Amino acid sequence: MKKHWQKVVQLVMVAGLCMVPCGAGAGEKPAAKEKKAKLQIEGSTTVGPIADAFAEVFGKKYKSVSITVKKTGSGDGAAALIDGRCDIATMSRFMKAKEFKKAVEKGIMPVAHAVAMDGVCVIVHPSNPVKALTCEQIRKIYKGEIKNWKQLGGANKKIVVISRDTSSGTYETFHKLLMKKQKVSKGVEYVNSNPQAHARVKTTTGAIAYVGLGFVDKSVKALKIDGVMPTRKTIATGKYPISRPLFMFTNGYPKLGSTVHAFVTFHLTERGQEVIEAKGFVPVTNY
Amino acid sequence: MPNTTRQTSDASVTGEFDRPLLLTPGQDLTGYLTATVGKAMLLAVTCASVLAVILIFVFITREAWPFLTSGSVGELLSSSNWFPAHESAAEFGALALLAGSLYVTAGALIIAVPVGLLAAVFLSDIVPFRLRQIIKPVIELLAAIPSVAYGFFAYLVLAPWMQKNLGLPTGVNALNASLILAIMAVPTIISIAEDALTSAGRELREGSYALGATRAETLIKVVIPAAHSGIIAAVILGMMRAIGETMVVWMASGNAAQVPSPWWDLGQSVRTMTATIAGEMGETVRGSQHYHCLFALGFVLLVITFTLNLIGEYFLSRARRARGGGK
Repeated sequence: MKKHWQKVVQLVMVAGLCMVPCGAGAGEKPAAKEKKAKLQIEGSTTVGPIADAFAEVFGKKYKSVSITVKKTGSGDGAAALIDGRCDIATMSRFMKAKEFKKAVEKGIMPVAHAVAMDGVCVIVHPSNPVKALTCEQIRKIYKGEIKNWKQLGGANKKIVVISRDTSSGTYETFHKLLMKKQKVSKGVEYVNSNPQAHARVKTTTGAIAYVGLGFVDKSVKALKIDGVMPTRKTIATGKYPISRPLFMFTNGYPKLGSTVHAFVTFHLTERGQEVIEAKGFVPVTNY
Repeated sequence: MPNTTRQTSDASVTGEFDRPLLLTPGQDLTGYLTATVGKAMLLAVTCASVLAVILIFVFITREAWPFLTSGSVGELLSSSNWFPAHESAAEFGALALLAGSLYVTAGALIIAVPVGLLAAVFLSDIVPFRLRQIIKPVIELLAAIPSVAYGFFAYLVLAPWMQKNLGLPTGVNALNASLILAIMAVPTIISIAEDALTSAGRELREGSYALGATRAETLIKVVIPAAHSGIIAAVILGMMRAIGETMVVWMASGNAAQVPSPWWDLGQSVRTMTATIAGEMGETVRGSQHYHCLFALGFVLLVITFTLNLIGEYFLSRARRARGGGK
């Protein structure tokens, strides 16, 4: 048995020795040509899919750049930019005054690039006869003042109010633009992703929730708000009351011609706009 | 072919016995050094895990300290208005969150303890040995399923089912979370309780039978009382599993920061401390009151689980001592 083991060990070592030069050779090749540039992107879960799709197109175009996209939350993105841990912070809200102050103290000048528009759609179960609500009515629903669909001309059914978690950019937009920063009722349920909100409304007849335009499909019904249907056009022009720009923040305006510059201006290209539309958002360009 | 194999094995056997009885000073030294270095490395690894626990304590306490020393700490445990992210009038009343954790944990235990104990008794005393060898690994497999998978099951299958069949307006609620947590706590409870019951010993059972007791009497009046320390430890460890779980409650409980009214209505959605921390940490501004408040919640959780763990350890060691005394 002992000798067997020795042979195995020898074999492994020989194999290992063979692999070391091969592995090193494979690793060094691109590095020798040009130092592999890294592009670190961190932040919002809403803007994350856009950044991901951009990164995919970029990966094909610029083979020498390795891009990592982290999707944890706008606040994390801001913190990462301030700490110098990322090149681009994706944010579904504008940077807060506190964060700006911290950034400037550390010698970082955040510059915002609006890359797309996002509309927050209020959705209900398709069987619900209610088709349109006013901002005031929705506010009352979330504050717990309207509790039954009967009060809004619907069936006699308790309203199951669903909100996104308070750490999501979608919540923040809804809270600011529609709720006018008023406190919601304690009985409001929280879900932690757009697909989850969609799934809950799809299976619950009395539910109301809000998601990004990209997550509205036939299995749920988007409501008209103040008489405006959420569409690409009404969101891009701001006619729809709950629409917001999505941002990428960089430290200062990126050097022209750099990868970072190419990345934050990618939404202006035709391909970039296609990507944004494919992800369910609305391009900011208008032609 | 068999011939060669035998030859090699013979050679290796003689090789083993070729070693001289007395070691040279060099070999002696190497042996001593390897033993010492090995010991030191093992000590370092052990210390690292202890250190990790201490560091977690220090870190959480340090981050929670600004909140614990601020005036809001009374509010944390007395009010149930949880609006920590509000810009102008933030409120940090975590009573609803504490209640939420309590509801789902208690709910889980009410389901998991009887099921777990009955299953443990069944496994240790009733089931044929061969069947037991199949059942036990399957139950332990339950513990290996990732909690997010349970979470998906909770809100994609169980929630619509509850809405349709129980007539509840919402399917993600305290009951849903309790059920799923119970399924997750059951393997822990079974496995530890079964160990305790098995180690109560054959002599004890045979003694009882010899006195004319039936199997039911033996189990209820002799074996279970003898193993009670281990059973209590099992329950406490199952409870810790339930109270510390995050992903499942985040997906199954509905996360409404309210104390259900009336209090027995498990059909309402609740929000636990763990889910709150996981859900809100991502977007808080570092160093804000909200950030420190979440750490204060973590501190409360840590104190609870630490206490539970101590109690569990106490009962486990008692169970061990009882076992040792029997031998």
